[in-house]
Amino acid sequence: MPLLKGGTIVDDPWLTVAEDDPIPEAGAVIVGLKRWRAERERLILRDGPVGVRLTADQTPGELGDDLEFLDLVALEFPAFTDGRSYSNARRLRERFGFEGEVRAVGDVLRDQYLFLMRCGFDALEVRSGETAEAWAAATRAITTPMQPAAAGAAPAISLRERRAQG
Amino acid sequence: MYKYDDIDHALVRERVEQFRDQVARRLSGELTEEQFRPLRLMNGLYLQLNAYMLRVAIPYGVLSSGQMRTLAHLARAYDRGYGHFTTRQNIQYNWPKLEDVPDMLADLAAAEMHAIQTSGNCIRNVTADPFAGVADDEIEDPRIWAEIVRQWSSLHPEFSFLPRKFKIAVTGAATDRTAVRFHDIGLIMRRNWDGEVGFEVLVGGGMGRTPMIAKTIRKFLPKRDLLSYLEAILRIYNLMGRRDNKYKARIKILVHELGIDELGDLVEDEWARIKDGALLLPDAEIRRIEEQFRPPEYEDLPAEDTGVEALKFEDRDFARWVRANVAPHRRPGYAIVTLSLKPEGAPPGDVTADQMDAVAALAERFSLDELRATHEQNLVFPYVRQKDLPALWRQLQVLGLASPNVGLVGDIIACPGLDFCSLANARSIPVAERISMRFADLARQHDIGELRIKISGCINACGHHHVGHIGILGVDRKGEEYYQVTLGGAPGDDAAVGAIIGPALSSDDVVDAVETIVETYVALRREGEWFIDTYRRVGAEPFKARIYGGEVDAAA
Repeated sequence: MPLLKGGTIVDDPWLTVAEDDPIPEAGAVIVGLKRWRAERERLILRDGPVGVRLTADQTPGELGDDLEFLDLVALEFPAFTDGRSYSNARRLRERFGFEGEVRAVGDVLRDQYLFLMRCGFDALEVRSGETAEAWAAATRAITTPMQPAAAGAAPAISLRERRAQG
Repeated sequence: MYKYDDIDHALVRERVEQFRDQVARRLSGELTEEQFRPLRLMNGLYLQLNAYMLRVAIPYGVLSSGQMRTLAHLARAYDRGYGHFTTRQNIQYNWPKLEDVPDMLADLAAAEMHAIQTSGNCIRNVTADPFAGVADDEIEDPRIWAEIVRQWSSLHPEFSFLPRKFKIAVTGAATDRTAVRFHDIGLIMRRNWDGEVGFEVLVGGGMGRTPMIAKTIRKFLPKRDLLSYLEAILRIYNLMGRRDNKYKARIKILVHELGIDELGDLVEDEWARIKDGALLLPDAEIRRIEEQFRPPEYEDLPAEDTGVEALKFEDRDFARWVRANVAPHRRPGYAIVTLSLKPEGAPPGDVTADQMDAVAALAERFSLDELRATHEQNLVFPYVRQKDLPALWRQLQVLGLASPNVGLVGDIIACPGLDFCSLANARSIPVAERISMRFADLARQHDIGELRIKISGCINACGHHHVGHIGILGVDRKGEEYYQVTLGGAPGDDAAVGAIIGPALSSDDVVDAVETIVETYVALRREGEWFIDTYRRVGAEPFKARIYGGEVDAAA
């Protein structure tokens, strides 16, 4: 599946490993939380970066201190109307200070790219045919957000504060 | 009132263009109706029985004369010459064309208005006391905080796909005029022991099929912590609110299932981690907003106007209007005037474009350019000099907006019902019209006194029937419209959910039943009692007996 990252469409360097599939010797892999817990030591010691994929009802808190071993957390959108992963992304960035890739997987509409970006997502798996221009246009649709969040342009409150201070 | 700066202007303009693109993609077929649905709802656009319906936000009910003229223009240019004021301080247009909606929104943006989040599973348009800033029982003006909440919640990236809709109300007065205890979050301004003003925060109120009165989650919240605390509640709700069943998805169910104490602990834990972050309100920003809600430059006027007192004595109609529709003002010599949108036999809340223009002109002349929309589907002039009351009354009479029935039997709240709404089981408006005609005698209405009738066409309760002193709920019985009657509900400080009195009644019988209930009360009441007082004293039995037969067990 194509990946939108850094504002462009790229080949996905990560392999998502299904529950029962073998984990390759090397290369970047994404596993589920259960697999991570079961094979944590081996995954940490193995050659290649590791990411964990969380379902919408699993919170980043369940990874806790393990986040320091991870280069990627993928958050699922079981339906584009299910907004739990926005909160999980913000907690990852703002509470846990996670600096790796936060990837959206699942059912996402172009009209949600701005919300994703502001909540701290920096990559998403997209339907084939999606363009980098769509991401650029969607994430620039609103110049100044009205509230602080995990990423994006400075919010209204800070702009106004700066102005007030001259 | 709040004036947009360049940032606010840019936001609404850009939102219009974003929506214009979404409409174009829907019209070209790039977006399916299923994909378009949540996007249009988030911008107030419904697909109703006959057509699209656009719901325009009137944030916390405050409007300028110029904005009212814009609403009139929309009704004329894009609709059938009228609009409908709702129970959420909004206005709805029932007949717009999809391809016109972006232009309607552009016209609104030019007047510093929008339809952002008037529907959808997001934080809805925030409501507040329609007497804000002028009530004589107010601790502090809630509009300041409603505006701060409006801005923070607009296009919130994290809370635009919540389990269900989310409604916030703010009041700063001793008397609750916002039904604050029936909102997902209710904010009541309180003064603590040190004299500091902050908020009591309530959570989990609501109507719908499971009516619940909100519970206090925090007794006192300092003002500058408001946004971080709201964000903590919303985050917990977004993560933990039920998504498996839309009828159990409101935060009231989470409060019910977890208990207020456990939810409170989760919120406090989240809040502790974010309270000193970017949401902590800078004093300068609070002052910037406060500045815009400064009281106007009032004239020094005598507390009582002799001309008004004389006319009350001479003209019974004027006296009635003053008694029902005029409320005391915090400033001597001024009055708060409610314009009744409930003329006898007409749909509650409907206003024609010509009436809107005329009301705008009257607000310019008599109310310092400002008016308010109330959740009871009326309009308010907040700054009327007492000496102008006779002139204003005469003008309103010409417009049909002087029905002296505010708070009385004729002041019925009703949802649009089956005449318009795709969710409804039964019609609401014709029942409201027939009740108001049955009680057309104003002397009788004034004798009956305060009595709030509220009608919903389905269990979603947009007509607030649960909190009606008399509540009427439309139900479908094998394709026929029936009406269930509840008694004893109350929206305010004495919040209560009404109790069903018996089997549903036919459309013909329900108006008779209302009259029977009223007659029963009149027969049982003691000196100084209104309907709700009598009901609380005697209970439902005497009313049931009169409607359904059987022995009258009157406690009178």
